[in-house]
Amino acid sequence: MHELSIAMSVIESLKSEAQRRPGARFTKIGLRIGELAGIDADALTFGFEALVKETEWQSIALEIESVPRRQRCPRCNLTFAVKDYEFTCPNCGELETACAGGDELDIAYVELEEA
Amino acid sequence: MNRVPVEKKVLNENQILAEKLRARFHENNVLCLNLISSPGAGKTSLLERTLESMDHLTRVAVLTGDIQTENDADRLKRFGFPVRQITTGGTCHLDARMIEKGLEGWPLVDLDILFIENVGNLVCPSSYDLGEEAKIVVLSTAEGEDKPLKYPSIFFKSELMILNKVDLLPYVKFDPEQARQNARRVHPEMEIIEVSCTTGVGFDRWFEWLNRRWTAHGLETVEQAG
Repeated sequence: MHELSIAMSVIESLKSEAQRRPGARFTKIGLRIGELAGIDADALTFGFEALVKETEWQSIALEIESVPRRQRCPRCNLTFAVKDYEFTCPNCGELETACAGGDELDIAYVELEEA
Repeated sequence: MNRVPVEKKVLNENQILAEKLRARFHENNVLCLNLISSPGAGKTSLLERTLESMDHLTRVAVLTGDIQTENDADRLKRFGFPVRQITTGGTCHLDARMIEKGLEGWPLVDLDILFIENVGNLVCPSSYDLGEEAKIVVLSTAEGEDKPLKYPSIFFKSELMILNKVDLLPYVKFDPEQARQNARRVHPEMEIIEVSCTTGVGFDRWFEWLNRRWTAHGLETVEQAG
């Protein structure tokens, strides 16, 4: 369980965004987490809420977008989401497709009101 | 309300540090390998047998991570290679800062291979880049063959899976073929080597992998320098 350390890193990122935008009031932070990142969204939310409680970040909402593992087909160029470890291209039947993402642990955006 | 794209890794600070370490390893032609497994799968035993069989012309060092105790470093120091313990004091993984600190005073130019033995845990270490050239996941026949499906992140990110304790196969309900299939479902390109740290079976393949990986790494570095 390292979601608490991850939540601390999220708050560090918020602080550096705040330094870059003095006076802005942050209302939301959006994360993008891949299914291969090994992060539990509920545990991360729990940790984040515990850390911001009774701080200046208390009212900020955390939004997590979960993204699936994706493969790209070298033959027809289709990028598709993988379900049940099925890596065959659903469009052309190519068996040898390449991983095209799914281990993201990114801060996608912040929402704010400019001063 | 204004939405501003950030598009930054959550572990950006760790990533920056890991890239710096990676550059230092490359510059000094050090092959850095990050060993990850659940507690008791045999990371320390693998390193013991590896160091024991290692030619002393190969310059090897080990950073070994644990929550508490110096036991692993004591076990590994017996072979005459430099070994340092990183005691995290509670943290369930190593991060790039701990590696940077652990390397203080070690001239990397004097090393060929650096093994990092991560804290025993199949989940958290997978999130932290340590600047390694490759992650290696160790699974043992005393565990379930469904571990790759339960902990896909680390099996996805590892270049090699070492299946340890194959000498126990006659005594345990473990289907190695099923384990291989599960690992390849998560990571089709992953290499798999079966070993026993007790009998030494499979170590020829493990050393062959190390040699191949070190040579490829050296060439890459030479090419980069050119």
